Amino acid sequence: MDERVTRPADAVQRYVAQYEAAAANGGRRAPPWVRELRAAAIARFVAAGFPTTRQEEWRFTSVAPLAETPFAPARPGAEPAAREVEPLWLPVASAARLAFVNGRFAPALSSASLPPGVRAVSLSTALADPAPALQGRLSGGTDTPFAALNAALFADGALIHVAAGVDLDAPLQVLFLSAPGAAPSVSHPRTLVVVERGARASVIEGYAGLGGATYWSNAVTDVVVEDGAHLELTRVQREAAGAYHVAATRSRQGRDSVLRFHPVVLGATLARHDVVAVLDGPGAELVLNGLYLLGARQHADHHTVIDHAQPDCQSHEYFNGVLDGASRGVFNGRIVVRPGAQRTDSKQTNHNLVLSEEARADSQPQLEIYADDVKCTHGATLGPLDPKELFYLQSRGLAPAEARALLTYGFGAEILRRMRHAPLREALDALVRGRLASGHVAGPGA
Amino acid sequence: MSGATPMLEIRDLHASVEGREILRGIDLVVRAGEVHAIMGPNGSGKSTLAQVLAGHPAYTVTAGSVRYEGQDLLEMDPEERARAGVFLAFQYPVAIRGITNAYFLRSALNAVRKHRGLPELDPLEFMDLLADKLKAIDSDDSLMSRPVNDGFSGGEKKRNEILQMAVLEPKLAVLDETDSGLDIDALRTVAGAVDKLRRPDNATIVVTHYQRILNYITPDHVHVLSGGRIVLSGGKELALELEARGYDWVRAEAAV
Repeated sequence: MDERVTRPADAVQRYVAQYEAAAANGGRRAPPWVRELRAAAIARFVAAGFPTTRQEEWRFTSVAPLAETPFAPARPGAEPAAREVEPLWLPVASAARLAFVNGRFAPALSSASLPPGVRAVSLSTALADPAPALQGRLSGGTDTPFAALNAALFADGALIHVAAGVDLDAPLQVLFLSAPGAAPSVSHPRTLVVVERGARASVIEGYAGLGGATYWSNAVTDVVVEDGAHLELTRVQREAAGAYHVAATRSRQGRDSVLRFHPVVLGATLARHDVVAVLDGPGAELVLNGLYLLGARQHADHHTVIDHAQPDCQSHEYFNGVLDGASRGVFNGRIVVRPGAQRTDSKQTNHNLVLSEEARADSQPQLEIYADDVKCTHGATLGPLDPKELFYLQSRGLAPAEARALLTYGFGAEILRRMRHAPLREALDALVRGRLASGHVAGPGA
Repeated sequence: MSGATPMLEIRDLHASVEGREILRGIDLVVRAGEVHAIMGPNGSGKSTLAQVLAGHPAYTVTAGSVRYEGQDLLEMDPEERARAGVFLAFQYPVAIRGITNAYFLRSALNAVRKHRGLPELDPLEFMDLLADKLKAIDSDDSLMSRPVNDGFSGGEKKRNEILQMAVLEPKLAVLDETDSGLDIDALRTVAGAVDKLRRPDNATIVVTHYQRILNYITPDHVHVLSGGRIVLSGGKELALELEARGYDWVRAEAAV
C-alpha cells in the first residue's frame, strides 16, 4: 500500500482545511457577499464530495487521481521569464493580455491597450473596488463539485467587461499558467466575461503549464452575453503532460445575442470540461464548436448541456475528436428544450476519428424536449479512416501517408473553419497541424 | 517507341471482386488524341474496368496485362498512376471532411508536380493557375471554398470531378458514368467542359450507360461491354444504334 493514497473523506477534509486557512488569512478582506459565496460553496463541496464512476455523470471518467493525490495550494513562486511564456500566448494582435501564474495575476507578463468601455483586469482588483457589477455574476459553482471547490478557493482570476455598444475587433487574451514546484499543487483559475447589450468582442482563454511536474488546474468561467451582444470565446487547453485539468463553463445569453464558443483540447493527462449554455432570451444563437486531439494515455471528457429556455433560439453544437495511442475521448451532449421554447432549432454532431486499436471514443446524446414545435437533430460517428476516402485521395496523386495526414487534419479543420476571427483561426491551425504531424496525434508536451 | 506506342493497351484482362469474376478478357487499345466510349447494360463490368484502371484495392486482376505509355500499369500504386497522368472521374465522388476544395486540389496538384520535377505552388500561385483553368472550362470558383464534395448536389459533385481533371491535366481520363444523375443542363455543362479539355496528346475513356453524353463528347470509337467482355466495337454511329435499339440485340448477337 502506498502511504500517500488518501481516503475520500480525508481528501475532502484537505480542501476544507485549505478553505479555512484562506478564509482566516486574506479572505477576511473580501466583500461580505464573496465570503458568503465561498462559505456556501465549500459546504456544497463537502456535501457532494469527489465524484465517483458510480455516478452517471462521471461514469466514463475516474477522478480518483484527484482525490488520491495530496495537492497543495499552488504558491505564487518566482514569475517565469516573458520569453518562456511568449510561445504560450496565441500569436494574435490582442487588445489585452492578462497573465496568471499559479492562479495569481502576473502584471509583468500582462499588457493592455483598451478602448473606453472595455475592462480587462484581475478579479482581485475588481473586487477591491466596490463595483456592484460582479455580484450575482460571479457564480458560486453549482454545476459540479469541482466548480464549488473553485468558488471556495479561487485566489484570483480575470474580469473581462465590455460595455454596451462597444465593438471591439482585437481579441482579449487571458492565460492561466501553471509553474508547479516539485510537490503536486492545485490552482483554481476563475474568469468572468460580461458583454453588455449590443457589444461585440472576442476573448481567448488559454491554459498551459511549464515543466513536467504534476499539477491540477481547476477552472471556472462565467459568461454573460446580454441582449443583442456578440461574443466569440476561444478556449485553448494545452496543459503540460503531467496535468489534470477540470473546468466548468456556464454561459447565459440574452435576447438576439450570439455566442460562438470554441473549446480546443490539446493537453493534460486527464481533462474534464462541463459546459452549461443557457439560451435565456428569444432569438439567441449559440455555436458550440469543440475539438479534442488526444494521444498517448490522454483522457478528455466533455459534458455539455444546452438549455433552450426561451423560444426562437438556435444552437449548433459540433465536437470533433481525433484519438490516437491509448487515449480516450468522452462526449456527452444534453439538449434541453423547456416548455414554451417553441421554434427551437438545435443541431448536434460528434465525429470521432479513432486512429489506433487502443484508443476509444464514447459519445452520448441526450435530448429532453418539452415543447412541440421544435427541430432537433443529432448524429455521432466513430471509427478509423474510411478506405473509400483514402483511395479517392490516392487516385488524385497523394501517397497513403499524405492522404492519411490530410484526412486526419480535416477533422480539426472542420472545427477551425467556424472560427470567425481569421488571425485566431490561423494561430489555432498552426497548433493543430503541429499536434497532427504525420497523421498521428503527438502526446501532450511533445 | 514514341509515336507507335499506344497510350493504353489492355490485353485479355480478367478481374474479380470478392472472388466473383467481373471482367473476362478485355482487349482495348487507346491512342493519344482519341475518345473511346465504353457502353453496356448494368452489371456488364463498365465501372469495374474504370476502377481497375485507377487501381482500386477491392479488385483483383487475375489474368492479362495493362500497359500505359509502355509501362506496366498494374504494377503501379493508385497514386503513382495519378502522378503518371491517369485520372478517374468517380461515379460516386467521396466527401472529405473539413478540407476545402482549393486546399485539396493544391495538395493533389503539388503531389503531381513534385513527381514531374516541377516546383510546388504556394496558395497564391495556385489561385492564379486555378483561375485560368476555371476560365478554360467556363466554370467559376463557387465550389472552391467548400469542403470537398461535402453537401454537394449530384451535379456539383460531377462538375467538381471535371474541375479536378482540368487542374491535374491527365493524359488519360476515365469518366465513370459522369452523366448519371445529371439533368440536361448539368450534363451540357459537364460534358462541354470535358470536350474543351480534349487535346491531341491526351485521351478520354467515357464509361456510360446512355448515349446522350456522346452528343457533347464525340467518340472516335464505341465499344459495347457485356458479360465482362467487349462484344462489339464501332464508330460513333454505334452509340445511336444502341440508343434506338437497346442492348438486348447485342447480347443476342454476342451469344451466337
